[in-house]
Amino acid sequence: MSLFKNFNFNRLKEGLKKSSDKLVGKINEALTGRAVIDETFFENLEESLVTADISYETVTQILDETRKQLKNESDRTPAIVLKVLKTVLINNLITIDPARFEQRITVNKPYVILIVGVNGAGKTTTIGKLANNFRNSGLNVLIGAADTFRAAANEQLEVWANRSGVRIFQKSMGSDPSSVVYETIREAIETKTDIVLVDTAGRLHTKLNLMEELEKIRRVAGKLIPDAPHETFLVLDGNAGQNAIKQMEEFQKICDITGIIVTKLDGTAKGGSIFQIGRNSGTPIRYIGVGEGIDDLQDFDPVQFVEAIISSEKIIN
Amino acid sequence: MLEDLTAKIDKALKKITGQGKLTEKNISDTLREIRVILLDADVNFRVAKEFIENVTKKAMGTEVLASITPGQLITKIIYDELVELLGSSNAEITVSGSGLTKIMVVGLQGSGKTTFSAKLARKLKGMGRKPLLVAADIYRPAAIEQLKVLGKSIDVPVHAPGQIDPKEIASGGLKYAKEHSLDTVIVDTAGRLHVDEEMMTEVADIKQLLQPEETLFVVDSMTGQDAVNSAKAFNDKVDFNGIVLTKMDGDSRGGCALSIRSVVGKPIKFISNGEKTDALEVFFPERLASRILGKGDVVSLVEKAQSAFDEKEALELQEKLKKSKFDFEDFLKQIKMIKKMGSLSSLLSMVPGFGSQLKSTDIDEKAFVKVEAIINSMTIAERRNPKVLNGSRRSRIARGSGTSIQDVNRLVKQFNEMQTMISRMSKMGINNSLFKNKNFKFN
Repeated sequence: MSLFKNFNFNRLKEGLKKSSDKLVGKINEALTGRAVIDETFFENLEESLVTADISYETVTQILDETRKQLKNESDRTPAIVLKVLKTVLINNLITIDPARFEQRITVNKPYVILIVGVNGAGKTTTIGKLANNFRNSGLNVLIGAADTFRAAANEQLEVWANRSGVRIFQKSMGSDPSSVVYETIREAIETKTDIVLVDTAGRLHTKLNLMEELEKIRRVAGKLIPDAPHETFLVLDGNAGQNAIKQMEEFQKICDITGIIVTKLDGTAKGGSIFQIGRNSGTPIRYIGVGEGIDDLQDFDPVQFVEAIISSEKIIN
Repeated sequence: MLEDLTAKIDKALKKITGQGKLTEKNISDTLREIRVILLDADVNFRVAKEFIENVTKKAMGTEVLASITPGQLITKIIYDELVELLGSSNAEITVSGSGLTKIMVVGLQGSGKTTFSAKLARKLKGMGRKPLLVAADIYRPAAIEQLKVLGKSIDVPVHAPGQIDPKEIASGGLKYAKEHSLDTVIVDTAGRLHVDEEMMTEVADIKQLLQPEETLFVVDSMTGQDAVNSAKAFNDKVDFNGIVLTKMDGDSRGGCALSIRSVVGKPIKFISNGEKTDALEVFFPERLASRILGKGDVVSLVEKAQSAFDEKEALELQEKLKKSKFDFEDFLKQIKMIKKMGSLSSLLSMVPGFGSQLKSTDIDEKAFVKVEAIINSMTIAERRNPKVLNGSRRSRIARGSGTSIQDVNRLVKQFNEMQTMISRMSKMGINNSLFKNKNFKFN
């Protein structure tokens, strides 16, 4: 069994290409416009990285690390600087071993995954894509519609369930989301389901009552299966800036976030806040969303992610 | 009693040496700090850089009031410019008195268009308008259903013919409004990425067809650096005339608003700050400026210093200083000026980094009371010419002010020392920068 057979690097690159072109141009300018690599060069790099939404603090640290590794004057060629920078960037991004994930899914049935995030991050769309991918991997999926608050959230999720050909458990709008979770898991046990995907309402991490509600959802999920939820994925909007870091911190306090999904990376935003999130929390980035189609969810690959942000083929031509 | 005050005045005078005007050197630390603050607030890198450069270029050489530091002054100037740039007045939306008002709502996916459309409809309805919501998002699953549910909850009709061409939906909406004598049409369009050519053409076509009085660009206040690109692309395509900042009930700093304002120059019209349909506010630039910059403490400190500073008195004082004729009358005025700015401890607590230490520092507010009482017990002649203060006069003053003769002696002694110091400084020509006018405003 291999999950995400449809992984398509070109699609990711296509998505990120538009965004990287400009960045590449800037670095290219920095490289070719100057005979030597000096502080101005680093300043330009700083701009490129900050503009990718990497926090200023992290940019400073990353550039310091890069500088440290470039002590020899002879190392200071554009190609080497970029190579070192990329390595430093990649080292900030944490991933998981897909084989281990697959093993965990096989051992724990049903495997309950809770999807959380702020409003408009793309949770429901992501669940549709995840459901499709899991189903394509031969798994039996049940979606729990625990966003009982937003108008027509049920209907939206239903459309995605139909598209991906998986089952959905839902109650009427305004129901207690915890009861939806409980009943979803009960049904999953009865029907010998492999994967349960729980959609929760979007909530700003500053809303205390909504965060408490989430805590309750988590607690209730563990009533029928002590280890549930086995995973909690935080969905981050790729357009978000530094607030993504706060979102991670606050959601992390309520639930043990085991993975990050970054959405909407098919525009010009780059989602660079995940570098600091990776640094601070050690939480792996699991998937990225690169389009509205059902196939537009990709396994996260740090090398390709960084490569797509800073493309050296174009710089050193 | 007075040691504290004298020490503070002394320190202030010293500090001011070379700090009477804003120079590149004396504000560089503050500027560096502010730049990082702006970047952390998601202000675009370029926008932050140019903004700070422009402001400081204009502010360079501005006189610094005695009671504040150059860093504090430039912080205040940056805050003022920020307010100015974010929009000096809150812009309401245009609704035509007669005929149909058309409003079009555009933006990226997940920015909050549908929720905002419902909020706007509710607000307009509250103002006595008869709105119609038009569901033109045929792409996101159940977006139409969502608008229907919202419309029902606020009792506003929704034109939702289904998954047909959004242009047809829009024109159908106009027709529906006319038939049902409604006066305002709000068209909720699909979220789209600014790099999606086909979808951007579609939204331009809808605008062409609608000819709306208002096209509102809805943007998530949590948006990062890329806000400049999406806003510019949307502006190029649909030439929107207002910005709506959503999800402001979170803790994002909203710096993207500054980026967008800088790039497209369109006013921010609404702040959307909650999931309920009544969570919509008109925009106040001061609030957003404080949210982006923080530093409210420094800003109000400088404001207080500026309002308490009487220009005319300052000029008189300057003349007196030049002639070394600073007397108890002037001293009393100075104390009153400081008192106008609030208590010394509240004043100091506004200075960043100072407030937290304040609890351990003991500030004797009563020192001022005593000094004032003593001076008030002097005759005008004594105040103008402290040399006449002999033993019997001093004991009368002590009795009159409810202090001891030692208190009076100490005040007179310290006053003499201060006078010597001032006359020395005045010979060095420092007083010019000290008490010059507060007119640092620039255009």
